[in-house]
Amino acid sequence: MGQNFQLVVVSAGTSDPSSTRLLADRVAGRVTTLAGKRAQTVGTSVIELRELASEIANALVSNHIGPKLQKAIATLQHADAIVASTPVYKAGASGLFTSFFQILDNDLLIAKPVVLAATAGTARHALVVDDQMRGLFAYLRTVVVPTALFASTEDWQDNGLNKRIDRAALELVALMTSGFEKTVRDESWGSYQHEYGSAGGTELTIDLDSDLMRLAAGGASS
Amino acid sequence: MQFGIFSVSDITRDPVSGETPSEAERIDAIVRIAEKAEEVGLDVFAIGEHHNPPFFSSAPSTLLSHIAAKTQNLIVSTATTLITTNDPVRIAEEYAMLQHLSKGRMDLMLGRGNTAPVYPWFGADIRQSLPLALENYNLLHRLWREDVVDWEGKFRTPLQGFTSTPRPLDDLPPFVWHGSIRTPEIAEQAAFYGDGFFANNIFWPKEHYMRLIKFYRQRYAHYGHGTEKQAIVGLGGQAYIAKRSQDALNEFRPYFNEAPVYGHGPRMEDFMEQTPLSVGSPQEVIDKTLTFREHFGDYQRQMFLMDHAGLPLKMVLNQLDLLGEEVVPVLRKEMEARQDPETAKPPTHAGRVKDKYGDGPARQPRPNANRGDNVTGGSPYQDVR
Repeated sequence: MGQNFQLVVVSAGTSDPSSTRLLADRVAGRVTTLAGKRAQTVGTSVIELRELASEIANALVSNHIGPKLQKAIATLQHADAIVASTPVYKAGASGLFTSFFQILDNDLLIAKPVVLAATAGTARHALVVDDQMRGLFAYLRTVVVPTALFASTEDWQDNGLNKRIDRAALELVALMTSGFEKTVRDESWGSYQHEYGSAGGTELTIDLDSDLMRLAAGGASS
Repeated sequence: MQFGIFSVSDITRDPVSGETPSEAERIDAIVRIAEKAEEVGLDVFAIGEHHNPPFFSSAPSTLLSHIAAKTQNLIVSTATTLITTNDPVRIAEEYAMLQHLSKGRMDLMLGRGNTAPVYPWFGADIRQSLPLALENYNLLHRLWREDVVDWEGKFRTPLQGFTSTPRPLDDLPPFVWHGSIRTPEIAEQAAFYGDGFFANNIFWPKEHYMRLIKFYRQRYAHYGHGTEKQAIVGLGGQAYIAKRSQDALNEFRPYFNEAPVYGHGPRMEDFMEQTPLSVGSPQEVIDKTLTFREHFGDYQRQMFLMDHAGLPLKMVLNQLDLLGEEVVPVLRKEMEARQDPETAKPPTHAGRVKDKYGDGPARQPRPNANRGDNVTGGSPYQDVR
């Protein structure tokens, strides 16, 4: 009996269809095929950040998480793996893309496997994924696969891109099906930093036996 | 049930007229607003505490004592008093004094404050904000209950034989609310001492506040102060009222759009749908406010934010007329009719004196002659050997 996995595509592409989304979809397609060969099924959902643009801006300036954003956060919370894809502007990932991930609780994506992908009009942007995006996803304590995907205009006619997509997809399947996230979360969740109500509103553990709780109940400072 | 208003004390440019009130004008306005609260039949007026522009309320106990002197029935309170950057000894002294001058028509709400630069101005460190708040309150709680306190903690100079004067009115410590939106330790402290818990209920969806209030109620019962339903809960909220709902939307929109915290962000209609804000006719405000008890359980105090975001005094006074005449009387009747009979009464000085002393006389501490210290010899008060 195979398992069923949830793959979530996050795309910051702006046109419909966009090459950014197209790149992510090709990864998602390969992930589904490769998992299928292992008798496992993959359900894919897509978060199009352009549809969340105004809620992302609102959340940045007023901390107010709108309903569409809340739904996206819940989708990511249940993701077994993520494909995150963005266009590159001015030598960096789209502000829409980075803003979205900056809004998320620090502990929402802990130990989730991620493929990072970027598109650009010129190959001069090629190191954006490895130099910039990896840092953001390291901060979020995700596991980013070794192969970074980058597609500038000329890559779309180069079979080398397909090979890299295959590689990244296989790496993602290997991580996703290994149970890495589950092991980390089951055995070590408490050793990461959390706030009450973090992890998208799901982290509600209250440790009554902490130093601060003893102080709250009239005890002395430690 | 008690109803009232709470102010942040912001001095904000009126986005419609373009005028920014002077500090003098805004301070005069807040006194007028508090008097008006009493005139229209509200129970409580509360003021925030800030130590940076564009706010004026750096000395809340001074303001509240002036307001108490100009009113007859209004309870004056804070929203919030900084339990982190204020010395708990000064809080004990100032608010006991306010309690005497107001004849018990006061209480206070404690909060931590989240403006990092303020902390070092008072010799504190925001990274220690939570343990500082918890330790400071543990001390404050004792200062109002023990005539002579010996104390040593992590953050403050130790106390040897210290007496906080004046002793609370009728030897009954002021009622304390603990305000918090996401800190279980604060809810725990409120529950441990059997104090009130207040959720500001302004910015976030209600689910956010429901969790902590539920935790507070459970812990209140755990510590034996009563049942979960008997815990003392206060809620904030904000409203803009006009006879016709379309007028309310039109009048409030420019203020909403430029409000200091959520302005230039969500659409007002979305914010109304997703948070406790109500903008509309008296009936619409009543209907929305009545839903609060369904989510949080029956509670003792409902506060409204009415004077923020640059709303001019005239509009605020008009809001208070509508709140006091058309909204609160209906809410009072409806809420009390729906309330579980087990629900605790809202805290008042008279009610709490009765709880403590029954029909007997309240303690009136009279000091002995000055002997220079409280460390040697007996109590500084005549009625204690």
